[in-house]
This record gives sequence, C-alpha cells and structure tokens, in this order.
Amino acid sequence: MTVARRLVGFNLLTAVVLGIGGWYAGWFGAHAIVGPSIAYFADTDYNELSVFLAYIGGVIGFLAGLGFFNYPWARLRGYPPSLREKETEGAGRYFGLCTDHKVVGIQYLWGIGLFFLIGGLNAMLIRTELLRPDHQVFPAGTYLTIVGLHGTMMMGMFTSGILGPFGNYLVPLMIGARRMAFPRIEALTFWLLMAAGVILETTIFFGGFPTGWTGYAPLSNEANAGMDCYILFFALVGISMTLLGLNMIATIVTMRAPGLTWTRLPIFVWGVLSTSILMVLAAPVLIATLAMEALDRTAQTTFFVAGGGGSNYLYENLFWFFGHPEVYILALPGFAIVLELLPVFARKPLWGYRLAVAGLLGVTLLSWMVWQHHLFVSGINGDLRPFYILSTELISIPTGFTFICGMMTLWRGQIRFTVPMLFCLAWFFNFLVGGLTGVFLSDTPSDVTTHGSFFSMAHFHYTIMGGLVFTFFAAIYYWVPKMTGFELNERLGKIHFWTMFIFFNSTFMPLFVAGFLGQPRRVVTYPHGLQFLNDWVSVSAFLLGLSMLLFLYNLVRSLAFAKVPAAANPWGSKSIEFQLPSPVPVHNFDRIPVFTSDPYGYGEDAGPVPVPAGAPAGRD
Amino acid sequence: MASGVNHGRRVVVSWVVLSAIATPLVAIFLGPAIPPGNDSAQGSEQVLANTWIVSLITPVICLLVVFFAYGLLTFRASGNAIVDGPPLRNDARIQIWWIATTSTIVLFLAGLGTYELLQNGSGGGQGPSPIAVPSGPKLEVQVIGQQWQFTYRYPTLGGMESPQLVLPADTDVELHVTSLDVVHSFWAYELGVKADANPGVDNVAYVQTKEPLTFHVRCAELCGLWHGYMFNNGKVVAKSDFQTWARAAQAAYAPIAKYMPVYAHVYLPDPQRRAG
Repeated sequence: MTVARRLVGFNLLTAVVLGIGGWYAGWFGAHAIVGPSIAYFADTDYNELSVFLAYIGGVIGFLAGLGFFNYPWARLRGYPPSLREKETEGAGRYFGLCTDHKVVGIQYLWGIGLFFLIGGLNAMLIRTELLRPDHQVFPAGTYLTIVGLHGTMMMGMFTSGILGPFGNYLVPLMIGARRMAFPRIEALTFWLLMAAGVILETTIFFGGFPTGWTGYAPLSNEANAGMDCYILFFALVGISMTLLGLNMIATIVTMRAPGLTWTRLPIFVWGVLSTSILMVLAAPVLIATLAMEALDRTAQTTFFVAGGGGSNYLYENLFWFFGHPEVYILALPGFAIVLELLPVFARKPLWGYRLAVAGLLGVTLLSWMVWQHHLFVSGINGDLRPFYILSTELISIPTGFTFICGMMTLWRGQIRFTVPMLFCLAWFFNFLVGGLTGVFLSDTPSDVTTHGSFFSMAHFHYTIMGGLVFTFFAAIYYWVPKMTGFELNERLGKIHFWTMFIFFNSTFMPLFVAGFLGQPRRVVTYPHGLQFLNDWVSVSAFLLGLSMLLFLYNLVRSLAFAKVPAAANPWGSKSIEFQLPSPVPVHNFDRIPVFTSDPYGYGEDAGPVPVPAGAPAGRD
Repeated sequence: MASGVNHGRRVVVSWVVLSAIATPLVAIFLGPAIPPGNDSAQGSEQVLANTWIVSLITPVICLLVVFFAYGLLTFRASGNAIVDGPPLRNDARIQIWWIATTSTIVLFLAGLGTYELLQNGSGGGQGPSPIAVPSGPKLEVQVIGQQWQFTYRYPTLGGMESPQLVLPADTDVELHVTSLDVVHSFWAYELGVKADANPGVDNVAYVQTKEPLTFHVRCAELCGLWHGYMFNNGKVVAKSDFQTWARAAQAAYAPIAKYMPVYAHVYLPDPQRRAG
C-alpha cells in the first residue's frame, strides 16, 4: 500500500481536514442565518452565533473524519452489529479511532500529557509576571487569559487524568474482561477531549477570556468571543466526562469475571466507580449551565443578568454544584491509587478494605452537599452557612478513612521505597496539608479572610496537584512499564520525585502566607511588601517546571532510546494485570479468569489469581 | 512482634508527648499571630477561630509526623529479596477509635465555627437578610462596586458619595455591598471584612471599628481587565475627625448631588449592557 493510499480514508488527517471544513461551514452558515439581523450583534466585535456554530461544525467534521459515524450509518443500512473497530497492530492505531481499551488508555496518556505540558507552561508565564509587584511582562488582558487557560485546562483535562489513561487501560484487565462495555463510546470520549483542548487554546485568536476557570456570569456575558471557546471546551469536556463515567459504571457493574464479588474488587476499581458516579451526575449540570450561558451570549436571554430577571447566583449555584463534585472527581482516583499501591510495596494486605470503600463512597455522597462553601461571603443563603460548615467538616471523616487504611497498611510492613511508593507516601503529606488548610476555608469566620486569596489557591493546589498529580506520577511509574513493555529509569525517577516534592512544597507553602497577608488570586499586581515571597515562589515554580522536564526526558529516553524490556511483574504484585504477559495481548484473556480472592493476599497462602491459558473461547 | 517491641505504644507515647509540647506553643504563639489581627471586633473573631483551628489540627499533624517518622524507619524492608509482612487485615478497635476521634474533632470545629459566626457575622457578607446582627446603633454605609473601583455612599449624610471609605472609630458599621455591573468582592483586609458585590443584590456585612488606622481595600473576585488595579486605601478616624471630614465631603458633593440617583439598596443595571 502506498503512502498516498494510506492517507486517504478515515484517519486523523481526514479528521483535521473535515474539522476545518466543518468550522468554515458553520461560520458562514451562521452568518447567512443571522445576516439580516447582523446589526443586532453589532455591539460586540463578533457574531457569537457564528463562533458557536463554527466550532460545533468543526467538531462534527472532526468526528466524521475519524470515522465515528460509519458504524451508526452501517447499522441504519442494515449491517449486523459488531463490537470492535480498527483493532490492528502497529503504531497507526494510536492516531485514529480504535476500540481496543489498551490503545485508548495510551492515547489518553499522551494526549492528556500534552495538554498538561501546555497548562504547566501557562503556570510558568503566570509566575514570570508575578516576579514584580507591578504589571510588567504581559498586558492585563493577556495575563487574565493565561490564568484562565492554565486553570481551565488543568481542571478540564485532569477530570479524566486518571480515569482516562489508567481507568480505560486497567479496569477491564482488573475485572477480568476483554473490553469496555461501550468500546466506541470509549474512543469517542478521548477524541472529544482532544477536540476540546484544541478549541480552548484557539481562544487566543478571539481575544482570550477574562473569567478564569470559573467563568462567572455576568462577567462572561460581557466578555468577547474568546469566552465562547471556554464554553465549548467545558461543554465538550462535560460530554466526554458523562460518557466516560457511564461507560465505566456499565463495565464495572456488568462485566466482572466470575467470582469477582464486590468485596474482592480491587480498590482502584472502587475509586473509578465512585469517581464515575460523580462524573455522570455532575457533568450534565455543567453542560446545562454552559448552554444557558451560551444562550445569554447569543440569543440575548437573561438567565444570569440581574436587570432581566436573572441572577448571577444562579450561575454560581449551578457552577459549584458541578464544581465541588468536580474537585472530588480529581481527588478520589488519587485516594484509590494510593490504597492500591501501598499493599504492593508494604507487602501486606490492604488494611480495612470495607472502611476504605466506605471512605470512597462517603466522599462521593457528601461531595454533593458542600458546594455553597465556595459562596460563604457571596451573600447567598446567609442562614444556611452553618449547614455548609457542618457538611464540609463532615467530609473529612470519610477522607480520614483513606488515611487510616493507608497508614495501617504500612504498619509493620516490609516497606520498599520504589519510585511509585515515594509518590504515594508524598500523597499523605500533601493531602494532609491540603486537607487541614481546607478546615480554615470550611470555617466561615476564618474563610472571610482566606476566601478568594492565595490561601485558597495554595489549598487546592495541595489537594489537586499534591493529591492528584503526585498519584498520577505514581501510576505512571507503576503501570507504564506494563503498558509499554519498557522500564522507566529508576535513578532519574528518584531525582524527579525528590525535586518535584521539594519544589512543589517550596512553591505552594509560602502561598498560604501570601494569602493570609492579603494577596488575592488572579491579580496582576500585589503589595510591594510581598515581593520577596512571590519571587521565592516564582523561582521554586521554575525549578518545579524543570523537574517536570526531567520526567519528560526520562519518559522519552526510556521508551524511545534505552528500551530496557520490563519484566511481566516487576513489582511482585498479586494484581491480575501483572499476571498477564507483556505486552498484554489484544483481547487480554484467552479464557475469562475465575477470581477466588482479592488481589491483596500478601503474607497469606492465596496466590495471585491464575490467568487461564488455552484456546480462546470466541470473541466476547 | 518478633523482637517483643510494642511499636504501637512507642508511637502513641511519642505522639502524646509531642502534642502536649506543640499544641500549647501553637495556641499561644502561632494562633494569635495569624491575620487579619485585632483591628476590628470581627477581625478578633477570626483570630480566635484561627487559633482554635490551628491548635486542634496540631495533634493531627503530630500524629502523622510521629507515625511516618517511626513507621518508615522501622518497617523498611532490608535487602533486595521481597519478603511479605504479616497479613493484618483489620482491627475493629482502631477503626472505632479513629472514627470516634475524627468525628469528635470535626463536630466540635463545626459547632465552634457556627457559634463564632453567629456572634457578629465575623465580617462576612450575609446577604439581604442577615442572621448575625450586632445589637445597638449602627452607621449605614453603602459599598458600590463597578469596573474597576469601589465608591461609598453615606445615607445618613444625605446619600453623599465618596471615592474613599472613611469610618469613625469605635463604631458598629453596617455595610451594604452591591454592584453595578459584574461580581466584585469588597475586601477590607485589616478590618477582616469580605462581601461579594452582586448586581441587584444588597449584601450586608458588619464591622465594629476600634482604633484609628489606615486599611487596604481590594477587590477579591475576578471582575475583568483591571481587576488587579482595583484597590484603594480606607481610613478609620476618630469620631470628631469623622464629623469634620463628613462636612467637607458633603460640601464637595453638593454641586453634583442632583445628578446622582436616589439612594437605594440596589441599582439594577441595564440588562442589555454589553461592554467590550
């Protein structure tokens, strides 16, 4: 097959071409629709409707180019149903629609990693600006756009930071299945997320957006067309999250292998399940909110405009009703990874399995009842504040379950300080700081000063970067050798860990002080007396950035150049994914395994669950 | 317990000793030093809240420090061979103690926060119908946020408007915070006051001033392009100085008074206003 012929067909190139075509079709289509009433929109620089329709057309074209509509079209024409698509060998499958859950997992890992890098570079730009108390490097509007791009990218992309790569890759393996419940939807969630990321970055062609990641109305109503990119980004992320969550729940509930009862389920799968419940219930609220915001901007409705019968409180309530479960969508997979990895490196069973599950589910439940602690000083529902103090404080009880289960798993163990273990142990420190500083924010009297200051910003960086990103790296060092078949360099990994841990703390710890000393979030200026503190933070942040580059170097070096083959079970784990050969065969199991115990039988007689060999029992 | 060492007792004893030393130190030295300080009754309330919180979380930090310092040093695997630890899967007593202790701390903190909040509102915005209202006479001052400055109206002084917030000392002040365009947040840092300025909403916060001082006002909610420059100084002055200032400010305001809207708790903005 010649190169030219390989480029024709349903692939990424076609998708980009059709995406651009769809964009222009939507753009000019909308201009044709509203052309007669264009004067109505003349008070803004852009015709908002055309921006929305252009991007929607672009996304549809992009998905069509990847071939997502081929199967529904074939079914309409009467072709028989099938479960799989494009599950070929070779590197090409990573650049298009593929329904192999292992391919999707690796696609997610690189895709999210790319946007994580972009978001991190934005953070470097923010810290460059804050080297001086007065604004110096960027124009004020550009600075706000950078802040918004950093926050939105991280909060949006990292909702799938664990569930995307590791959930998709590992859940079918851990539950003894050959695929996810809805393999095409699984692939769709990934490509929607990539489209969303590109859309968010194109905001710079429309003047950026001034609202930060929260997108508060009515500021978003008066913002220029860059705001539409924010709305479309988060809406697409919301759709992706909903579908991902539904897929995970369906897979975990219906596709567990024989013998894998709920009390034998690996704790990581429990974490994925509770996160998925949050995703499925929270993300639609976000989509609806953004639809209202889009209507406010295009059709001149007044959902969030006080003078027209609307209220900015409506936006704040809806946004945080999504937004607080959202932060647990980010945190819970971290809990699960810590509890999953500790038994392997302490060589002990997971202590208090049921308590750990209760902790995950307790956080899932309580996270719906706390959202107004983001609005303590907003003037909304003043008499409900005691309730939100209580519910917010209560959520530390199930979080504490994770701590005690993790700590007691370490107790009297045979602890090995491998790179993934170091990242898990750092989680305890980071999440302790993040959790305890959360107490100040949950307590209304204390929150009055810390609200909206660098204190709250440092707090959520400790919980999300310290809680999620550290466990994200733990998962990478732990599972990527299994996923790719190549070892990651341990020495570089340890240097990466220590530099990251030290500079992470040296970046964010001083920001608690800056917050208490009166530095608000998202400002381009700050009091001159805080310059030393800010310079210290900026330098630490740059070094933290270098630590990330060191990781990137390790990744590229280990996977592309050194290529040391990894053992099938490098950590001596009893979990089933490590009993499979490396690389994992396309359909995982020749015959479906039968589970007789949980994967934590360290020090006990039970061995790992054997993977039955033999003739394949047909496809699914 | 191969060597007959009671690891659990060692950790608990070390923890109790460390906590007994650290907690009073934190309560006496660190807690009261946490801002916003004692320049208003509401600020003092926050300092008290911060002292309680930081004192109560000290034993928790001590527990984890002791546990990890002891555990990671003691339970290290020696050599490269992979050896399994004892298969301890559960201990109901530890679970019950843990749940009981964390629940007690949590409920106590929630009760304390509620109690302190209801004393005088702790300086937070409480919305149009506040629940924590200081008794006695109060000076009403309106804070109007707009892109990108705060202005202040004094209804008891003829609806007079001022670009700077000036307050009399030793007075209960009732702040009515509202906005003309987007959401702002009025943050008088030294006074420990923070209240969002919402368009069409009258958000009430209370502050009881003490000694004269100069304080900083910043906007604490992202409000658009020049949010970073939305700050100003305010002053708390002696009562007699306040009267002098008020007369002078009223005289300066008189020529433009007839052009200003009548004093109201909210000023609804035009719904179709879509500035760039």
